Amino acid sequence: MKALDHGATALYDIPGPNTERRHKLYGLVSTVILLALVGWILYLLFDTDQFTSTKWTPFEYKGIQELLLRGLGNTLKAFAIAAVLSLALGTVLAVGRLSDHRPVRWLATLFVEFFRAMPVLVMIFFIYVALKAEPLPALVAGLTLYNGSVLAEVFRSGINAVERGQREAAFALGMRKTQVMTHVLVPQAVRAMLPAIISQLVVALKDTSLGYLITYEEFLHAGKLIASNLDYDLPFIPVVMVISPIYIGMCMLLSWFAQWVAKRQRRNPKTEAADVAPAEPGTLLPGVQ
Amino acid sequence: MNVLTENFSTYWKGFLGTVELTVYASILALVLGFVMASFRVAPVGSFRAFGTAWVTVLRNTPLTLLFFAVLLGLPRFGLVLPFTVFAVLALGCYTSAFICEALRSGINTVHKGQGEAARSLGMSFGQTLTLVILPQAFRSVIAPVGSNLIALAKNSAIAGAFSVTELLGTYKTLSELGFNIIWTFVWIAVGYLIITLAISGVFNLMEKRWGVAR
Repeated sequence: MKALDHGATALYDIPGPNTERRHKLYGLVSTVILLALVGWILYLLFDTDQFTSTKWTPFEYKGIQELLLRGLGNTLKAFAIAAVLSLALGTVLAVGRLSDHRPVRWLATLFVEFFRAMPVLVMIFFIYVALKAEPLPALVAGLTLYNGSVLAEVFRSGINAVERGQREAAFALGMRKTQVMTHVLVPQAVRAMLPAIISQLVVALKDTSLGYLITYEEFLHAGKLIASNLDYDLPFIPVVMVISPIYIGMCMLLSWFAQWVAKRQRRNPKTEAADVAPAEPGTLLPGVQ
Repeated sequence: MNVLTENFSTYWKGFLGTVELTVYASILALVLGFVMASFRVAPVGSFRAFGTAWVTVLRNTPLTLLFFAVLLGLPRFGLVLPFTVFAVLALGCYTSAFICEALRSGINTVHKGQGEAARSLGMSFGQTLTLVILPQAFRSVIAPVGSNLIALAKNSAIAGAFSVTELLGTYKTLSELGFNIIWTFVWIAVGYLIITLAISGVFNLMEKRWGVAR
């Protein structure tokens, strides 16, 4: 971010008065173009009768508000369960990958790599269609398998990022491997991992909307029910206008929290040693790490 | 096994559908991601604001919601395009936000002196960015861009659920025909593995050839 401050970037000089004027002109022109675009979209919305009262009346009814709230509740429920289970699975898999026993390590690696490589939706559909699970367990299981595998990699890289000397010193004091892990490495790693973990939870929150595709009655599903109602003249656009800000707002809050934690930690000298890369979506198999 | 041999054409069509979707959406995502990354480091404030807004909104939008809005919402708007085009638009725009961030972090890894040298030679912002900074940034973002494109390929499954012909969508046809559902999914999984492995293979090669040794 700092690179964007004037003078701090290597990409351009601090603008002089002429350039300043030119930049202002560019800014003005682009703003006008953007405003024109927004105006055009608004015109299209009015032109296709998106603001007629019939299309917006559903949101005045208590039953429909409750339907939306219940949907939102179901979204948050699926997210909460999936988040807790993913963290648990991630811990187990990370321990497995860091194990001293080759078969355990091997199995955990296979598990992690497979579930990172599969589309989440395919897993959810598989559990829902082939294993005939209910929508909520299917959604939560799919999310857990994927996010747990990604989190396992975050945990592992966090622990590996703790300076070697810490581990060596602990072993030299005569600690066993479990003690080294729980007393020395994990406490230091957790601080560094926290932003990456929260970012991954944003992914889990976003992916709860996949439940819509297997008829789990979450927020988007509630929206679809209202949107396809003939009595209100199919209010698709109004529904999108109402539910998108809520979805985006929830995810943004969580993202900002992750950034806030990360920023706070950058100032903390204790975590400087361990810098964890953000969780990448499925890097897949050897070589790319 | 015979699920595959007896329905090879269905699988093949779905597989090609996913490949096609992935290729077109990747191109859109790379182009848009490049444009947005340039916006985010541009000297003009309104460009930066637009780039930031684009990235923040799209990164925090669930892809299913985006598909819902684009595939079901836009036609109500009077905009009617083939389903596949809508799917490419949704996937491409969504991924472009991630590509943009990958590129931007790559730009930050290029040593400051490079930009200063370019400036001292009298290069403009556009020249500095495209001739000096980006070619170097590109080398350090091969891996993250690759994993974003793999994520794109995996996300294309959502398009299948919204009934664009694509690999995951084939399960519907086959289960209606009464084929063993578990094997159907095994072959779908293999299909996705082939695609994601191919992308990661290509990016591995690129990384070996051009990547920055760390």
